[in-house]
Amino acid sequence: MKFFENTNIDFVKWRWHALALSLVVILAGAVAISRGMLPLGVDFSGGTIVVVKFDQHVPIDRVRDAVSSMPGGVGNDAVVQEYGDASQNQILIRVARTGAESAGNLSETAESLVGALKQASLGNFEVINTEIVGPVVGEQLKRQGLLATVFAMGGILLFIAFRFQLSFAVGAIAATLHDLLITLAFLAFFGYDLTLNVIAGLLTITGYSVNDTIVIFDRVRENMRSMRRENLTQIVNVAVNQTLSRTVITAGTTLLSVIALYLFGGEVLEGFAFTMLVGIISGTYSTIFIAAAIAIMLQGRKPIKGQVVAPQTPERRPSRRRAS
Amino acid sequence: MYKNLRWKVLTILAVFTVFFALGVYPILAGRYKLPAPAWLMAKHLKLGLDLQGGVHLILKVNRDDAVRITTETSSEQMREALQAAGVATSAITVSSPTTFRVEGVPQDKEPEFRRIADEQTTTNYDRTAVSAGVHEFVMKRQIINALYEQTMVQAVDTIGRRVNELGVSEPNIARHGANDDQILVQLPGVREVARAKDIIRETAQLELKLVESGPAPTREALLQTHNGVVPSEMEVVTGAAEISSGQSGGTSFFLVRKVAAVTGNDLRNASVGLDENNRPAVMFSLKPDAARRFGQISGSNIGRSLAIILDNKIQSYPRLEGRITDEGRIAGNFTQQEAADLALKLRSGALPASMSYFEERVVGPTLGRDSIRAGVTASAAGLALVIVFMLVYYKLSGINAIVAMVANLIILLGCMAWAGSTMTLPGIAGFILTIGMGVDSNVLIFERIKEELRAQRPARAAISASFSRVGWTLFDTHVTSFIACLFLYNFGTGPIQGFALTLFIGLATNLFTSYFVSKTIFEMILSRRPANSQALSI
Repeated sequence: MKFFENTNIDFVKWRWHALALSLVVILAGAVAISRGMLPLGVDFSGGTIVVVKFDQHVPIDRVRDAVSSMPGGVGNDAVVQEYGDASQNQILIRVARTGAESAGNLSETAESLVGALKQASLGNFEVINTEIVGPVVGEQLKRQGLLATVFAMGGILLFIAFRFQLSFAVGAIAATLHDLLITLAFLAFFGYDLTLNVIAGLLTITGYSVNDTIVIFDRVRENMRSMRRENLTQIVNVAVNQTLSRTVITAGTTLLSVIALYLFGGEVLEGFAFTMLVGIISGTYSTIFIAAAIAIMLQGRKPIKGQVVAPQTPERRPSRRRAS
Repeated sequence: MYKNLRWKVLTILAVFTVFFALGVYPILAGRYKLPAPAWLMAKHLKLGLDLQGGVHLILKVNRDDAVRITTETSSEQMREALQAAGVATSAITVSSPTTFRVEGVPQDKEPEFRRIADEQTTTNYDRTAVSAGVHEFVMKRQIINALYEQTMVQAVDTIGRRVNELGVSEPNIARHGANDDQILVQLPGVREVARAKDIIRETAQLELKLVESGPAPTREALLQTHNGVVPSEMEVVTGAAEISSGQSGGTSFFLVRKVAAVTGNDLRNASVGLDENNRPAVMFSLKPDAARRFGQISGSNIGRSLAIILDNKIQSYPRLEGRITDEGRIAGNFTQQEAADLALKLRSGALPASMSYFEERVVGPTLGRDSIRAGVTASAAGLALVIVFMLVYYKLSGINAIVAMVANLIILLGCMAWAGSTMTLPGIAGFILTIGMGVDSNVLIFERIKEELRAQRPARAAISASFSRVGWTLFDTHVTSFIACLFLYNFGTGPIQGFALTLFIGLATNLFTSYFVSKTIFEMILSRRPANSQALSI
């Protein structure tokens, strides 16, 4: 059985169309995000989340009314939504404040929220989850998350530049950034919050997307030896075609795991699973259309270093050194 | 051709057995009541708070408190030394946690002052002459850092003792945060959040000080006999709400000696008892040297009041009826629970600095159970789908990939149990991703083998060429993921770190299983066939 046998599709030809399409999605995403469609979760913005489980079904509007009756108007911009399966009667309430802003105890807002629910006599309920994050923690997390991403990208850039060439490294990083931006755009379109789990998903995408790209670059490097007379565009096209079935199968099997996670993983993992779902599709797309295209553009008409002198052990030595 | 095949198989079986025993057997033994040695069960994979329910807290330690106390003590010592040497000054004040100033040093006493000051402070403070007769002492950077470190160590220790007294099993108390000024406290299974929070945070600084005058309803009334100025060796302390209720305005003021007769550090033990009205009270006993000191002080001050001060509030001020040596009692308006908790806090020692809560997460046990079920269902479903696909697409070679994948998961479980790590929801996500990456490695290799076989190569040559070629691709992809993981682990917090750790170990075990194990299985199959055979079910 074989999905793509001896294909010979000119992927590189489509690079401008692909870039244009990606640009449209990314711009639309930027507009959506600038309109506040990708709110920061409490992990980053600070705030209070309380999840309650009622004994019987309670209309969500009544819960919302009870929340907005909290003293000081704290509950006016609260988010009230069903949590998990509807049959479980679980409701998540999110308020942008904690007790810490008004110099009280951190948990003051959560306590007054539970008090307001009790007073509204909506029936018996149990608090099954509380998350209270003070404003300082969120700031630190934001900085740390950004640092982690920047340093990871930098490290990967250096490693690829060392193992391949700089134009390839830039292509791989551009493809990865592309995947991150596309995923953020879709998160905004579908109304997700930027939580810690979503960030974990985004960082996983970073690693996954680079992986995917490296497999093709590896093949390009290998083909440079056997196809010394061809230009880079042809070499890249052959490499993408040769690895096409692997690219699709890997994306497919990983998607199977992630879809399972999305469907059965429960409310807590849903954001993570959605991020992975979009990221993997985008990663496969960018591997085929974006990464090598950018490498080709950067390389331009310059000779390819690896092609001039036949390398003896190309895997062990970086191509940059061979040129000198 | 495959000379080392037997050794390879033995190595794989050995590794597999060890990690099965570490990671999987304890879980099975726990569930089906199989015999297992205690040391093995102690290493079992723990469930994170998000899976078993519990309280997750992050406290900020106000480390400058400890620095301020040290500076205050140093300035007091300076005052005493100067007094003893007859060097009069107009004021000694603490202007910031790290700084104190001495003002009004007479011109003619300047050399004498410098000698005493350097003797007293030169190791810990830098002295600068601000203007004539005014000197500033600033704590040295390395001393501040050492104090910070000591404060954090002591705070973690104290919280650890308090949590242990609460009877929480397998708590996690660790330093946290980029500035190293936070403490993470995880209490699995705890439901009484408010009480736990209170017990953890309370400084519980106990001091017994002689009362000079008071109680008075206002600060001014208290200081009337001293012309409105607090004498240098005294300080003003307010009373707790219980003893102030008789006063107008609800606060009472006391003038007490600055130097404490006894502090919390002198306690040998504390327990719950009853006061003379049969209400709950806290009984304490003193260490021998403190008892001797206390005996002296109480013996020579019979008839005066002794303030029992907890976290700068006077709880009670009983009259000294006679010489007391090693036992005492703190009475107040305690309930049984409050008295028990106070005794606990006193036993476990005072916190070296005040703290505030930064983050609080409480996961109910039902949500945790649901999450486990969901995570396990998702993993199993993902695994099943991938297995079916591999068998259909790669036929018999698919079994090879499945063996590698299952081996990978078992070794991963074993590694995590052995490293004492905790299984969290993001950890499960890491597991699922590991499945995906393991399959990717196999797909890479298998696709390459197919290509080589299409080029009419014999199976053995195809296998060895594919593995040696793809080996480097695997190396490149795994190293890049390692790099991403490394930064994720270093900059991430709790849940993200769990994810990074799982993925990190998963990457390493994946290299072993999808390259070494998978190659060995192919070699086992091919070793029974003629060297130039082209048949391979793939």
